[in-house]
Amino acid sequence: MTQIQRLKRLRRSMLFLSAQRPALIKDAYIFKPDSLLLDLEDAVAENQKDAARFSLYHALKTVDYRGVERVVRINGLDTPHWQEDIRVAVAGGADMIRISKCETADDVRTVVRHIEMAEEEFKSEPGYTLVMAALESPLGVLNAYEICIACPERMVGVAISGGDFRKSMQTKYYPGGLEMLGGRATMLLAARAAGVQCFDTVFTNLDDIEGFRAEVEQNKQMGFDGKSLISPRQIAIVHEVFAPTEKEIAEAEKIVRVWRENSAKGIGVFSVDGKMIDIAFIPGAERVIMMAKASGLYKGDL
Amino acid sequence: MKNAVNREIPDELLQNGRKPFMGSGYYDGAEHQKVAPVVRAREKSFESKVLPSIREAIQQCGMKDGMTISFHHHFREGDYVINMVMEEVVALGIKDVTIAASSVGAAHDPVAEYIEQGIVVGLQTSGIRGKIGEAVSNGKLKTPAILRSHGGRVRAIEQGEVHIDIAFIGAPTSDCYGNARGVGGKSDCGVLSYAMVDAQHADKVVVITDTLVDFPNFPPSIQAVNVDYVVVVDAIGDPKKIATKAARMSQDPRDLMMAEYCAKVIAATPYFKDGFSFQTGAGGPSLAANRFLEPMLLEKNYKIKWIIGGITKPAVDLLNKGLVETIVDAQDFDIDSVRSVQDNPRHFEISTSQYASPGNKGAFVNKLDFVILAALEVDTDFNVNVITGSDGVLRGAPGGHPDTAAGAKCTIIVTPLVRGRMPTICERVVTVTTPGECVDVVVTDYGIAVNPRRPDLLAALTEAGLPLKTIEELKNEAYQIVGVPDQVEFYDRVVAIMEARDGSILDVVRQTKPMKL
Amino acid sequence: MKLIQTALAGTLESSDAQVTVENAENGIEISIESNVINQYGRQIKETVLETLDRLGVENARVKVVDKGALDCTLRARVECAVFRACGVDKDYPWGGAIR
Repeated sequence: MTQIQRLKRLRRSMLFLSAQRPALIKDAYIFKPDSLLLDLEDAVAENQKDAARFSLYHALKTVDYRGVERVVRINGLDTPHWQEDIRVAVAGGADMIRISKCETADDVRTVVRHIEMAEEEFKSEPGYTLVMAALESPLGVLNAYEICIACPERMVGVAISGGDFRKSMQTKYYPGGLEMLGGRATMLLAARAAGVQCFDTVFTNLDDIEGFRAEVEQNKQMGFDGKSLISPRQIAIVHEVFAPTEKEIAEAEKIVRVWRENSAKGIGVFSVDGKMIDIAFIPGAERVIMMAKASGLYKGDL
Repeated sequence: MKNAVNREIPDELLQNGRKPFMGSGYYDGAEHQKVAPVVRAREKSFESKVLPSIREAIQQCGMKDGMTISFHHHFREGDYVINMVMEEVVALGIKDVTIAASSVGAAHDPVAEYIEQGIVVGLQTSGIRGKIGEAVSNGKLKTPAILRSHGGRVRAIEQGEVHIDIAFIGAPTSDCYGNARGVGGKSDCGVLSYAMVDAQHADKVVVITDTLVDFPNFPPSIQAVNVDYVVVVDAIGDPKKIATKAARMSQDPRDLMMAEYCAKVIAATPYFKDGFSFQTGAGGPSLAANRFLEPMLLEKNYKIKWIIGGITKPAVDLLNKGLVETIVDAQDFDIDSVRSVQDNPRHFEISTSQYASPGNKGAFVNKLDFVILAALEVDTDFNVNVITGSDGVLRGAPGGHPDTAAGAKCTIIVTPLVRGRMPTICERVVTVTTPGECVDVVVTDYGIAVNPRRPDLLAALTEAGLPLKTIEELKNEAYQIVGVPDQVEFYDRVVAIMEARDGSILDVVRQTKPMKL
Repeated sequence: MKLIQTALAGTLESSDAQVTVENAENGIEISIESNVINQYGRQIKETVLETLDRLGVENARVKVVDKGALDCTLRARVECAVFRACGVDKDYPWGGAIR
């Protein structure tokens, strides 16, 4: 994959796992999430941060995750842990680092600087380690655009973290998500303006399957790329909801095909089924095809 | 010599008519004379068969050294009967006893002591767990234990390969003549299927109950005409362990994933049509398959004609929702199934002979469409082990596994690829309990393998787009994750014989060697 | 590396291993308890010894209570216990002695 492809890859589902729990990290790829979030932060007790790093390192080095992206969530920049976390993630060859409690573009730059140092120390490919930022406070959300553009060559996107965000907004979870509307919308605007991806927060009540599905449907409507998940049981629902319809796939396929034929002939604007199509439609159509492939709904040659 | 599943059977075991396993169905159509018990006639009028104690019953039955006594395991890990009887047998100084039980488990750990002391010298069972398993594996039993499937046990009794001198039948209720039932008492187990054949073939039959009810206790599972004595005790078992609360549907994502695969496999076969028949084991993923089956039934507007087996709440739920027409029941695993067999007129008790015997004129399993079963190990020949653990110690139960696998049109084994560090899909199982030729599909969390003997199913499952792999691919994947296991080491001595359904030798279990690093 | 205190790492959960290390005088003394000892005991021992060797631990009493851990977990637990026993908590040699 090229760096652009790596930055833009499909990330509908990001499954959190404690890096300290061998039973979880040894083969969570069987549930086929798009990304695994190997957590060194909240899922790991303060006195087990070191143990989690050792098991993370060997899991990254030994386990064949079968194409599932491996993201490491590091501890916050206000803790004594994050520097060692970055070292182990880079040394292990993690695909991405998720910065928790990110509030400013400077936070991103600080982390990136340490990633660069680690890439040099461990002789890794410079620039390999991507980053994403978790926004957990109103300040982080208000700075979202700056954060999104802080490091274009590594920045995948931003995720909102509902637990802390709701607390600082003096609210809690409500079905329907009105309490998160401002945060989600602001972050989405920033991410789209910066051309990066955008992910929604976890849904913690595992027994409320209908509530979860409703939230995922809302995520899709709002334009999120994906969602952080706390249980493998949530993956199938996200993939199902995000899957394009047969009609959407057929339309996208047609647009891409006609576009390729026409652009080879030097035609930039044309019509498909009575709809005017130009280059602006192409990324969207291509994303539909990518999504359809990942959902097992498209077996064509595009 | 090597038998049909490629297992070396020592020549000295192939005597007195014992044969190596020649393949499933090899004895189909063979004829035999059933044996009949000795019966002491009761021509004169008398009021009651009740005796004051188990000891008295043992004495009245004339139990002597070297006799074989039988038990059933409907009380599962809650059973008190075997221990109560054995305590008296030992107290009376009787030696060289053979126990022929439908299963023994951790509830019977005291028996391991009698094995070590040389009082119990023989064991014939369809399940062996706890300290008894360890004692046998350590070579403490004088003669090799004989392990049979549920159906194989019935066949062996009917053909006289096991002669039961005295059957001790624990029963939740009995009247003073010995009409006994699995319901109506304080320790209900629902059905007495395993004990039915014992009652018909043992020379002496003793019913042990904790709830004596008015005569006649009808309809009876065990008929008074076959019963010599009745003993009333304080408790035949621990009700909480006999009929447990229904297991919560597994929420483990891995189990659910495998259960969904099982349901999809079923839906992809030609046998999935209105009116099919079905059995599941009681393990996590097998049980969870019911949940995925239900929407498939509703979608197609199909009904299941009959469900058989060990019965659990999910089957009862399907019956109550009208998605199953009939339940035929040879064992109950939870309170819901016990209540259902008592109350629901479409839920019937059957004998283990009706359920699974290969020796009668046609058992239910022969008409089964689907069975979903668990496994400790499956090898690349599709042979299944459900009796020996990874350390070679006896700790499992063939139960109805070999019977249903042989009978069903589509036998699905469901198991995670690895458990902890143990590869479930392996090169060679420690012990063959179900021959690979009876296994059609293996469902794991890493993909689904179809037995090459079933190209029809392979085509159907490919068509359905299921994640298929070869069994070798699954094995290689398992070994790549956990490393190639070293062979478990055994002494030469055979401590147990695993019989095929037809009584031939499928495999032998040898004495375990203590591991030294 | 020289162990200055007794240390433990890992849990008794399935797929994990609990490793205790303490200083000893004469070489490596190792005890292993495992539910897969018959098939994997030899490999567990090799992995533990190899890990200690790579860390340069020459004298230690090591106790492994294994619950079906994969080799990568065993290595992680041994290393964690050793670094704790040596009082080291940062600048770990990832990719060096830890491999």
